[in-house]
Amino acid sequence: MSETATIWLIIVSLGIGSFGLRYIFLGVIGDRQMPEWILRHLRYTAVAVLPGLVAPLVIWPAATGGQPDPARMSAAAVTLVVGYLTKNVLAAIFAGAGTLFLMLYLLA
Amino acid sequence: MASYYDRTEYLRGVRGGLPFVLVVVPFALLFGVVATEAGLPLLQVLSFSVVVIAGAAQFTALQLMAENVPTLVIIISALTVNLRMAMYSASLTPHLGALPFMRRAFVAYCLVDQSYALSILEYEKRPEMSLAQKFSYFMGAITPVVPLWYAATVAGAMVGQAIPPALALDFAVPITFLAMIGPMLRTQAHVLAAAVSVSMALIFAFLPWNLGLIVAAIAGMVTGAEVERRVEMARAAQ
Repeated sequence: MSETATIWLIIVSLGIGSFGLRYIFLGVIGDRQMPEWILRHLRYTAVAVLPGLVAPLVIWPAATGGQPDPARMSAAAVTLVVGYLTKNVLAAIFAGAGTLFLMLYLLA
Repeated sequence: MASYYDRTEYLRGVRGGLPFVLVVVPFALLFGVVATEAGLPLLQVLSFSVVVIAGAAQFTALQLMAENVPTLVIIISALTVNLRMAMYSASLTPHLGALPFMRRAFVAYCLVDQSYALSILEYEKRPEMSLAQKFSYFMGAITPVVPLWYAATVAGAMVGQAIPPALALDFAVPITFLAMIGPMLRTQAHVLAAAVSVSMALIFAFLPWNLGLIVAAIAGMVTGAEVERRVEMARAAQ
């Protein structure tokens, strides 16, 4: 198979597979009632996935070659605390970005 | 046909989605740059972003293609990176499962980290939202994100230059997610679920294909559910 055909195969397979993963529950279960114990687990999906997704990026940032970086860590801490206290996503983003640039400037 | 458009909620979603422009544009630009440097023609680069619409999986595929890994392994690895999407799908089903077929399919196609996190946060904050309001909010949230994902991919492929590292845009992804995690920590169960997720993700970071995240996600969900169950039992016993 040619190089180009292989890449198309990868693109199409990933497209079908990714859509399948995203559609599997929304599409198949739809509005049927799910058992309470499953719903109880699903209520924690967001807090179980997103922190795990972010943690390695904070501790071992790619931009520093995986070295822990005080500027990025303090920005992460400020963002989380401001988000938690204010419940305001935008305020947390600006506080975090401000901390990051300030710390990068001070430590440079 | 029932109307699923609620203007107020749609605009609220757009406002919520706007900050993600800062995340999505550099990420897609970078994909365009890297994919073009790897030798992919513009049509394939754009097709990747339109068909797959998942940054981490796209970068994984690209990386493995450069290492001449067998095609089947590339496909399985990149899909494993996307396993969390199935969890998002399950989590949104109680909220959006009653939509007609085509709308559910469209939501599924647009289901990315940002649209999921933003929507679930809003649905939990305001449980009184109707189906139409929830759908409109989701549509609003993806409006600034998805078209720019395509456009920035093309721009990256055409410009072909790296983004200045001084902007520290690598950290846009962690900051926007952390900003959403904060308000999600509403109960002891949420806090413990998040803490377990973080520890497990760091402990199992050595696993290939992002499987550490799946371990962390399952452990976090079990923790949250178990804490909630115990709190309820304690309350019922009083």
